[in-house]
Amino acid sequence: MSAPTGITRATLLKDLRLEWRSKDAINSMLFFSLLVVVVFSFSFDPNAEESRRIAGGLIWVAILFAAVVALNQTWAREIRNQVLDAYRVSPAPANSLFLAKAIGNFIFVSVLEALMTPLFVVFYQLRPLGPVWQLLIVAALGTWALVVNGTFFAAMSLRTRSREIMLPLLLFPISIPALLGMVQATTNILTGEGARVWIALLLSYDLVFTTACLILFETVLNAE
Amino acid sequence: MKKTFPIFGILTAILLSCALYQALVVAPTEQTMGEVQRIFYYHVTSAWTAFILFTINFVASLVYLIRRNPAADMVALVSAEVGIVFCTIVLVTGPIWARPVWGIWWTWDMRLTSTLVLWLIYVSYLVLRRFSSSGETPLLAATLAIFGALCVPFVYFSIWFFRTQHPQPVIGGGGSIDPRMMHVLLINWLAFSCFAFLICWSRYRLEKLQREVEQAQAMESLTQSSRSPR
Repeated sequence: MSAPTGITRATLLKDLRLEWRSKDAINSMLFFSLLVVVVFSFSFDPNAEESRRIAGGLIWVAILFAAVVALNQTWAREIRNQVLDAYRVSPAPANSLFLAKAIGNFIFVSVLEALMTPLFVVFYQLRPLGPVWQLLIVAALGTWALVVNGTFFAAMSLRTRSREIMLPLLLFPISIPALLGMVQATTNILTGEGARVWIALLLSYDLVFTTACLILFETVLNAE
Repeated sequence: MKKTFPIFGILTAILLSCALYQALVVAPTEQTMGEVQRIFYYHVTSAWTAFILFTINFVASLVYLIRRNPAADMVALVSAEVGIVFCTIVLVTGPIWARPVWGIWWTWDMRLTSTLVLWLIYVSYLVLRRFSSSGETPLLAATLAIFGALCVPFVYFSIWFFRTQHPQPVIGGGGSIDPRMMHVLLINWLAFSCFAFLICWSRYRLEKLQREVEQAQAMESLTQSSRSPR
């Protein structure tokens, strides 16, 4: 196994192991997700026909807020233990660290989605009229779009004055095309219309921004 | 430099007055919309100026990322600030124009939405610059500017595909424009570009002076503390 892949794998497994043992973030996140779903269900109380048209937007807004809370604690452990200084001094490529963090966040947010989606289906009586496997592709691409930029911007906000609010302030504007794509793709699949263009948009967005993050992360890591 | 600036300022003032006269008096009244259409000369020219300034921001950020040139960073900051002002003008004059003509203040059509998203992206750029207390803020801001610029084509494509309600663009599109209106539009654009350049120049000088003062203060406190050890 080449060195960068090995480092990515090691860092990812370390994060997952730490999270599994302490479970501090996952428990609060799960409860937060449940609360968000319930609050949305009170606020928007549609019948089955309307719900198919708005549920796509509601699910993704709920996932977006849950993802922001998850992303905010991405680097918390690293800051507390001066890990970033050690990483800068080591010959390890910065990309490996970024990729490990991004994949870890992706797994984390996917777990949250896996729990929130059945609740939405139940509360909104959702039955998709389009193919369900496309929903999985949209979920994966959309989550990656949020997570890759979120991990990058979380690293950029490390030394800003209001760190927790800075991440959504930076993330939301840049994510608008991806959000539009996710919501429209989900809505179209639920109502049985075509979602191919939106999926293509999400895929190209993911490719462009993953490349940009990988190229520029070293600069950001050394700039803190 | 000291003489050029006021001379250029006076020239710009003359050009702006001339353009104002052209827009409000000389230009022909539009057939269906009436006098309120004259806001078009400010709405469209502000949009073009804002886009040019944001492009300058992208190029300057790229130069800073590659060369770490402080002048490039200042150009990026200045062009973002002035670009946001012009973008705000677009977003304010748009609804003012839309209300009597379409009957609604706002609609989520392609051009208004994409201008709003552009405005949001660059405001987030300024927020990062103001709130970041890292020593390498210019570098982080330049990175964010690259991301913002990369996002722009996605913004336009996604919203275009989402919906289109705006009238056809008068330049480079399906719509047509009276040549006399085009003439007035270009005069106004020239005046606005000179005005934008003047403001950017002034802001650039201000920023340069501010940085020199800060550096001098830092040097002074350093030498003072080294002279009187405790």
